Amino acid sequence: MDLVYVEYALDNIQFRVNVAKMSDKQDFDSKLQAVLRRVYGEQINLGSANRLSGGASQETWLLTIQGPSAPDTLILRRAPEGMEATEESRAIGLPSEAKLIRRAQAAGVAVPEVVHVLEAGDGVGEGFIMSRVEGETIARRILRDDEYATARKRLPAQCGKALAGIHRIDASDMPRMRLSSGLEQIDHYEEAYLATGTCRPIFDLAIVWLRENAPRPLETVLVHGDFRLGNIMVDENGLAAVLDWELAHYGDPREDIGWMCTNSWRFGQSENRLGGFGDVEPLLEAYAEAGGPELTPADIDWWDMLGSMKWGIMCMGMYETFRSGADASVERAAIGRRVSETEIDLVNLLEGQRRA
Amino acid sequence: MHNQPTVNELVQAVKNFVDHSAMPELKGRAAFHARVASNVLATILRDLEARETNDAEELARLRGLLGETGGSTESLNEMLRQKIRSGELTITSDALLSHLKKTAIAQVKVDQPKYSGLKAALEE
Repeated sequence: MDLVYVEYALDNIQFRVNVAKMSDKQDFDSKLQAVLRRVYGEQINLGSANRLSGGASQETWLLTIQGPSAPDTLILRRAPEGMEATEESRAIGLPSEAKLIRRAQAAGVAVPEVVHVLEAGDGVGEGFIMSRVEGETIARRILRDDEYATARKRLPAQCGKALAGIHRIDASDMPRMRLSSGLEQIDHYEEAYLATGTCRPIFDLAIVWLRENAPRPLETVLVHGDFRLGNIMVDENGLAAVLDWELAHYGDPREDIGWMCTNSWRFGQSENRLGGFGDVEPLLEAYAEAGGPELTPADIDWWDMLGSMKWGIMCMGMYETFRSGADASVERAAIGRRVSETEIDLVNLLEGQRRA
Repeated sequence: MHNQPTVNELVQAVKNFVDHSAMPELKGRAAFHARVASNVLATILRDLEARETNDAEELARLRGLLGETGGSTESLNEMLRQKIRSGELTITSDALLSHLKKTAIAQVKVDQPKYSGLKAALEE
C-alpha cells in the first residue's frame, strides 16, 4: 500500500491518472537515456523503462541498461510534473527522500544507493535513480515461504539495529522535515476522520483513550514513518534495504516500533507481534545495544494502538477517493470494508487496557 | 416484482464468471482488481444475508445502552459518540465495551471473515 497516496487522499489533493501516450513515452525514454548518459557515459543505452507500481503521485520504474560502465538494472522513483509533493502534504518529496537515503547509508543503514537525483533540466519530472536491491517486499511471501525461514529469525534484531541507525540521522537542516508527535498525529487523523462525516464510535473511544493516556514523549529523533513489511527489502539473510522514506519526520522513536507491531501489519500472523514474523523483545534488545533508548514491550502498547487508529482512518481516506469520484477502481471502494478490521483490533486492545 | 433469479443468485453468477472465466485470462493489475472484485461480490452476499439481523440487533443494543425508547441507529450512534467524547462513557463501562465488541464482530464477519483480529475477539 502506498501510504503517500493515502496521505494525498486525506489531504484532499487533486490528482490525475497519468497515462502516457506512445509518443510521450518515447520522448520520456530518450530524456531518461540522456540523464543516464550524463551519469554513466555516452556509450550506454536505455534498454527499457517499465512502470512497476505506485499511485498517481509516486511511480516506481524498472530500468534496464546496456553498456559496459553501468549496472544492468536500476530503479527510478518519480513524481510526474505537477505531481510533486506540496507544502500541505505530509510527504517530504522525492528530492528530500533521496537526500535522506544517502544519510541513512552514511549512518550504516542498509538502503539502495542513490545514483542520481533528477534536476529540472532533465525534463522527466521530480525524483531519483537508485540501485536495484535484490529481494522480496511482499509480506505474505516473506512470512510464509521456506526460503525466508532464516530471514524471519534474523529480522527482529536486524530491524532493531536499523532503527537505531535511522533514529541517529541528523536531518535538522533539511526543509519539510515536520515534527509530529503522537498527540499531533491523533489531532491530524481525528480531523481526517471527522471530515469524512462518518460516525463509528469505536474510533471516538480510541481517540479519547489515546489522548488521555499518551505517554511522556521521549527525546525527539528522525523517524522513518512507515517502517513495516512491504517497505523493507528482505532476502534469505534478512533485511536487505529500508525503502519508502517519504513519510519520514521528527517524532518519538517508539512510533516506528509500534507501527511494525500494529496488527494490520502482521498480515494474518497475529501471534507474532512484530510484523507477523517475530517477537518485539529481540528488536528492543538490539535497538538498545545499538545505542537506542532502553524500552520494554509495554512501552510500545500505546503506539501499537495508535497505529490501528491511524490505519483505519487511512482506509476511510482511501475509500473517500472512490466516494468523491476521484478514483473509480473497485480496490478503492473495497478498502472501505477494511475499516472494520481496525475496529476489531481497537476493541481487542481497549479490552486489554481494561485488564491492565 | 418477480424474484427468479434472486439477487443472491445473480451476484453468485457474476462471481462465478469473475472467478472461472475472467480471472484466468487476466494479468498484472487487472488480475489483482479481478480478485478484489471477487472478494467484493462475496462481501455483498454476506451483507445481503446479515444486514437485516445486524441492523436490528445494533439498534436494540443502542437503545438499551443509551436508555432510549426511540431514535434511528444513526442518531443513536451520534448520541453515543457524544457520551464517549464527554467522558460519560469510558472503557470502564462493561455495557459500552460489550456493545462495541458485538458491533465490530458483526461488521467484520461480513467485511473480512478471515481477519486475524476476529479470531482473537471470539476467543476472549
